[in-house]
Amino acid sequence: MAKKSNIDESQIVIQMKDIVKKFGNFTANDHINLTVHKGEVHAILGENGAGKSTLMNVLYGMYRPTSGTIEVNGTPVEIDSPQKAISLGIGMVHQHFMLVQPFTVTENIILGMEPMKGAVVDLKTAREKIVELSNRYNLMVDPDAKVEDISVGMQQRVEILKVLYRGANILILDEPTASLTPQEIVDLMDIIHNLTKDGKSVILITHKLKEIKSAADNCSIIRRGKYINTVNVETTTEDELAAMMVGRQVSFKVDKKPQEPGEVILEVKDLHGKDYRGVEILKGLNLKVRKGEIVGLAGVDGNGQSQLVEIITGLSKADSGSVLMHGEDVVNKSPRFIFEKGITSIPEDRQKHGLVLPFTVAENLVLQNFADKEFSKNGILNKKKIKEHATKLIEKFDIRPVGCEERLAGQLSGGNQQKVIIAREVTNDADLLIAFNPTRGLDVGAIEFVHKYLVEQRNKNKAVLLVSFELSEIMSLSDRVDVIFDGQISGSMEDNKFDEATLGYMMAGGKADE
Amino acid sequence: MNKKSKILNSNALYTFIAIILGFIVGAILLLIIGDDPIVAYSKLFTGVFGKPKFIAYSIVYASPLIFTGLSVAFSFRTGVFNIGAEGQFVVGSIAAVVTGILFDLPAPLHILVCLISAAAAGALWGAVVGLLKVKRGINEVLSYIMFNWIAFYLSNYVVNIAMFGRDSGGEATKDIAESAEIGAPEFLKTLTGCTDINWGILLAIGAAILMWFIMEKTTLGFKLRAVGFSKTSAEYAGISSNKVFMISMSISGILAGLGGAVQVLGMQHRVSQFATQEQYGFQGITVALIGASNPIGCIFAALFYGAMKYGGNKLTMVNVPAEVVNIIMGTIIVFIAVSHVFKRLLNKKTGGEA
Repeated sequence: MAKKSNIDESQIVIQMKDIVKKFGNFTANDHINLTVHKGEVHAILGENGAGKSTLMNVLYGMYRPTSGTIEVNGTPVEIDSPQKAISLGIGMVHQHFMLVQPFTVTENIILGMEPMKGAVVDLKTAREKIVELSNRYNLMVDPDAKVEDISVGMQQRVEILKVLYRGANILILDEPTASLTPQEIVDLMDIIHNLTKDGKSVILITHKLKEIKSAADNCSIIRRGKYINTVNVETTTEDELAAMMVGRQVSFKVDKKPQEPGEVILEVKDLHGKDYRGVEILKGLNLKVRKGEIVGLAGVDGNGQSQLVEIITGLSKADSGSVLMHGEDVVNKSPRFIFEKGITSIPEDRQKHGLVLPFTVAENLVLQNFADKEFSKNGILNKKKIKEHATKLIEKFDIRPVGCEERLAGQLSGGNQQKVIIAREVTNDADLLIAFNPTRGLDVGAIEFVHKYLVEQRNKNKAVLLVSFELSEIMSLSDRVDVIFDGQISGSMEDNKFDEATLGYMMAGGKADE
Repeated sequence: MNKKSKILNSNALYTFIAIILGFIVGAILLLIIGDDPIVAYSKLFTGVFGKPKFIAYSIVYASPLIFTGLSVAFSFRTGVFNIGAEGQFVVGSIAAVVTGILFDLPAPLHILVCLISAAAAGALWGAVVGLLKVKRGINEVLSYIMFNWIAFYLSNYVVNIAMFGRDSGGEATKDIAESAEIGAPEFLKTLTGCTDINWGILLAIGAAILMWFIMEKTTLGFKLRAVGFSKTSAEYAGISSNKVFMISMSISGILAGLGGAVQVLGMQHRVSQFATQEQYGFQGITVALIGASNPIGCIFAALFYGAMKYGGNKLTMVNVPAEVVNIIMGTIIVFIAVSHVFKRLLNKKTGGEA
């Protein structure tokens, strides 16, 4: 994608100076500076929990800064509410969309500022304005579709339209690509370009270096609440950005020595299963995982990965077929039974399955093991041991903030939530670890860390089944790749013969030998 | 978290605000119907605190409400809405009255038998609904409400069985044997002037402490809370939510059933024919909500509700409709339900939470 900058260096639209934001004793933002020009795409880069979102919430009026000043278009302002921010032309698109599902796109966009014609809402004028905006920036949004029927990508464009409809000139996009498909990401980058061409400025919060390289003009880096630097993206390499973000050199290469796999530990035979709608989605799937190897299951989302993992872990029932663990059929057994047979998993949905969000971190770390002798006696929990266990894992797995044993899991950032799960599942040290998109939403430092632990399990002669929608992750970690397509394994590849083009072809339904 | 934000985040503050708002709304309504709220509220106040006797009665009124409040709170904590405490309370009273009449045992043992049978009856009433939920996927709210009515008519049926009915032919059962009563010793009755004072309050406080212990300190409580907060994550971690529902709905039934027993053994000593539902179970929902599903909170909430019920009875003496108490309680619930709105407003002023 060719990048053409629309930046106008003569006009500063946002100037944040020495912003400090404290929560109790915790300093989330420690003297942060930010300058954004007209027509600029300004990326804010930082690890999970570095303070990016806090800074943006200060700019958007959700938090009041403890100290520091903000100037918009050269005038010092006090932004004490989102309404104030909107009136200053600042709009924010949140990571988690805030749309009313049964409402139409138009209804969602005008919600809260409905144009009135007498006593009724003037939907027609609103609709016209939305269509006009949608066309101008090439957003391709259907104003009459119900939000519950449209894709995630379009929902995001509705959020962008909502902000534009309110007259924003400065758009804050909070991790906008977190839930988008690769094509939707490309489209989004084009939209961002269209916006800046029209003189709007975009602040892009992200930890994905590729996106920064492809879309941003300048990038400000925040590390653990502190301002590190603002750099020109053009003249800075990805490695340099990553090093500034994490504070050390990051290795994108996984260090993995060749290793001869052992006996077969998990064997899935002719597995059939339905999804929640009752449609058959697993159509006779066969799969083997051996000791001491990482098997990557590559495939596009929706080809039966979720059902396969749910059946193996006992959360869903299979219609027929078998799941042999150490030669014993565990299909349609309870999750507890399967766990005790040595299968543990990093689940696809960390909030729905991985964590009990209103539980403390310590409680979440013993979610499967609270009844073990180590943590309870005669049915009475040993809170002291549970806390000590948490302290150990928090340190070992670098879960932040330090000392979060008694914090609720829901209060941690997404990346640290994922670390809690990984800490727990790796510590379970089961014979088979199933990792489903284990690095989704993580920053590069955390990804490196997760990969290290997966490889460590393999090196300890345990088996790992890695299910991921990121082909690059699969290719860098796996000893063998199976491709899942339409509920079956459509092809396999060994480590030394990985080839992205062929894998991509198989993921789209092509056969390896065609 | 500093001290100030701790207070702002505590539920107790919002409950307190909700209670004050409830009284304000009640006052406005009293003004609208032409009554003087100051007269009404001072009567309510003196009606509760005016004499030791009144205070004693307020406590007596509170005891069964602590039990039904705990029952509902227990279910809330595991993600079930026990709207069936009413029926469990009724079957608990029947069991207590039947065993209280039929058996002839020495005092402490007789009481124990009555309490156990009431607990068993309540557990059964809850467990059947649990079974329907777990095995057949029937929403517990529907079955609970139906079981309330089954209990209601079952009770009226039992009252009319000759063996249990009053010899004088009144529409009530015989009185239970004295050995089954849990009245307080005579000197306490004379001291307070309250003839109905009984040990129910101590049993209720004991039950609350036991519930707190189970919830916070045991592996069972861990499972119950895990399922209550996130059924999917609990199942993923190998906790069977069906088992947890069965246990929680049974324990919830036990608590409500014991409430019925305490009311029979401590105060009424018989069961009368119902014309309408007695509301102890539904009032338990209010108690659980005001008490934020916390067992200790339920004790205070039930004491408050008991006092309001007892004091409210006296409002007619100053020509104020006693129903105003129900309006106040209802309004409090509405304000508690929207308390997260206050929370956000107050928090924002001080800069939010991390």
